[in-house]
Amino acid sequence: MRIAVVDESAARASVIREGLAEIEDCEIFVVTERRGLVAHIGQIAPDIVLIDLGNPSRDVLEEYFAVSRALARPIAMFVDESDEEALAASVEAGVSSYVVDGLAPHRIRPILDLAVRRFNAFSRLEADLADARGRLAEREAVDKAKRILMQSRGLAEHEAYAELRATAMRQSRRIVDIAEAILTADQLLNGPPPGPSARRPTGRKGHDRTAP
Amino acid sequence: MTQELAIGFLPLVDACLPILAHEHGFAEAEGLSLRLVRDVSWATVLDRLLYGQTDAAHLVAPLAIATTLGRGRPAKPLSVPFVLGLNGNAITLRSDLAAYVCPAGGLGDPAAVGAALAQVAHRRMASGRALRLGVVHRYSSHNYMLRYWLAACGLRPDQDVEIATIAPPFCADALEAGEVDGICVGEPWNSVAVERGVGTIVLATAQIWRRGVEKVLAWRESVMEERRPQAEALVRALVAAARHFIDPANWDANAALLARRAYLDASPEIIRRAISDRLLLRQGGEPVHYPDFMFQYREAANFPWVSQAQWLYTQMLRWEGGAFDSVEAARAGRVFRPDVYRAALIGSGEPLPGASSKVEGSLAGPMAVGTQQGLITMEPNHFFDGRIFDPAAMPAYLAGLP
Repeated sequence: MRIAVVDESAARASVIREGLAEIEDCEIFVVTERRGLVAHIGQIAPDIVLIDLGNPSRDVLEEYFAVSRALARPIAMFVDESDEEALAASVEAGVSSYVVDGLAPHRIRPILDLAVRRFNAFSRLEADLADARGRLAEREAVDKAKRILMQSRGLAEHEAYAELRATAMRQSRRIVDIAEAILTADQLLNGPPPGPSARRPTGRKGHDRTAP
Repeated sequence: MTQELAIGFLPLVDACLPILAHEHGFAEAEGLSLRLVRDVSWATVLDRLLYGQTDAAHLVAPLAIATTLGRGRPAKPLSVPFVLGLNGNAITLRSDLAAYVCPAGGLGDPAAVGAALAQVAHRRMASGRALRLGVVHRYSSHNYMLRYWLAACGLRPDQDVEIATIAPPFCADALEAGEVDGICVGEPWNSVAVERGVGTIVLATAQIWRRGVEKVLAWRESVMEERRPQAEALVRALVAAARHFIDPANWDANAALLARRAYLDASPEIIRRAISDRLLLRQGGEPVHYPDFMFQYREAANFPWVSQAQWLYTQMLRWEGGAFDSVEAARAGRVFRPDVYRAALIGSGEPLPGASSKVEGSLAGPMAVGTQQGLITMEPNHFFDGRIFDPAAMPAYLAGLP
């Protein structure tokens, strides 16, 4: 069976490909390029097309399948009316599937189920990554706020942190929220931090946050 | 208790009403909390609606009818209690082609531009490289308006001119790369092509049909019935948003709001052009004021006229073939739900038409129409070729089309 995976995210496409490799008798083709998509799919002549729901080429692909009724192997959206739940799960996972005319649902289902599992796994990975990035950004905000306190009030690092923590506890807020409030206040009072190429105006009071 | 409704949309200027209903608190005032779900293809907007990830959606009107009739996939009945707007699309051609078919600049005369385009199309056919125009979806008013115009100008779509589907964000790219010679698309995408210097706007779809139905608010029929109080509350919130949208005092603020990354993620200056009916037709040109380019509120624009759904049905038959079927025509008409619109607004200050269907394209001048409440004066609603669509005589209408 020939399966085309259409996904502009090369990382996700490879996660799907790896999963589908477990299924016997499958040849998998990954298409990440939008240009020439329809011609590419035509060359692959797939039995199944899996495409992510966030793909802007979906309407173009559906149009191609609709007019390809004249072709030898018409392809249509896979809509298994006996199992709405599985389709809902597929939409939720973010993948839609198109199959050639005459392919039996029992041959399609394992592939679709696997794609759904892989899409979900990929989403979890992405969520974890975003979470990790968020934590990193939080740590940076706290570090910057500490530096501001150290320079403006002459505190040692541990004192600056203790101050942040005490304020957070008093106000029942998170340390990072206090840190962000300090950064905002600092920006309002002293102007935005310099960008990579911008230079800070001379003769202005404040602390050099770009110093190592 | 505030009820949450998830609403799918595509980043287009005519997704404005649900966005404004949410941002300006019109939904909140009706006891609704809207969650807007942005997508990049109509197929995905529809999937989310059909499989319960959204409760209602901004949708191209013909797709709501096609889905109900089971074109392209098994039939699922959809309901439209509210029209999100009339027109608002344009036809943008490669600039060299635009200069040839519309030499005077400005918005052209549809018949004259069409006649000149027909000459080009026939020459191109003879040279073996057919003229190619892009639309955003098979089941879109863009497709039907473009085909209506071409056919009335003596061109046979799919034979003399190729019509291809292109996703709106890539329309400018396709023009630039020469994949298409022109596009019929909604804003901001015509203006984006103009801004990039790859195309010139030659016509607004409002010139083809002065009061043509465009996007609709679609629900699954069963979901709308289950959540009828919320569906009606949403109609009221959207009417309030429509009133706000057309007020010039709000244009700047609304353009800035729609431009946000979560919504259109586009330039507020470009969005404002469509909102204010002032389009820049070519790079470096002066803005051209074309009144009612977008039509979001006046004359009960949001009222779901059964006749408009049925006009779309006739175009579906016209371009896909198949015999006229009165049962199917009735089912297509029932997708539009004036009864829900009326129930939502009865007793409010909003004018309500007395009829649910009308003869489309018959008004040459302003006319006061019969209402259930309030006053409505309809302005001209003609098709550019002067044809009239009488929903009571669909087979005769179809037989008379070129």
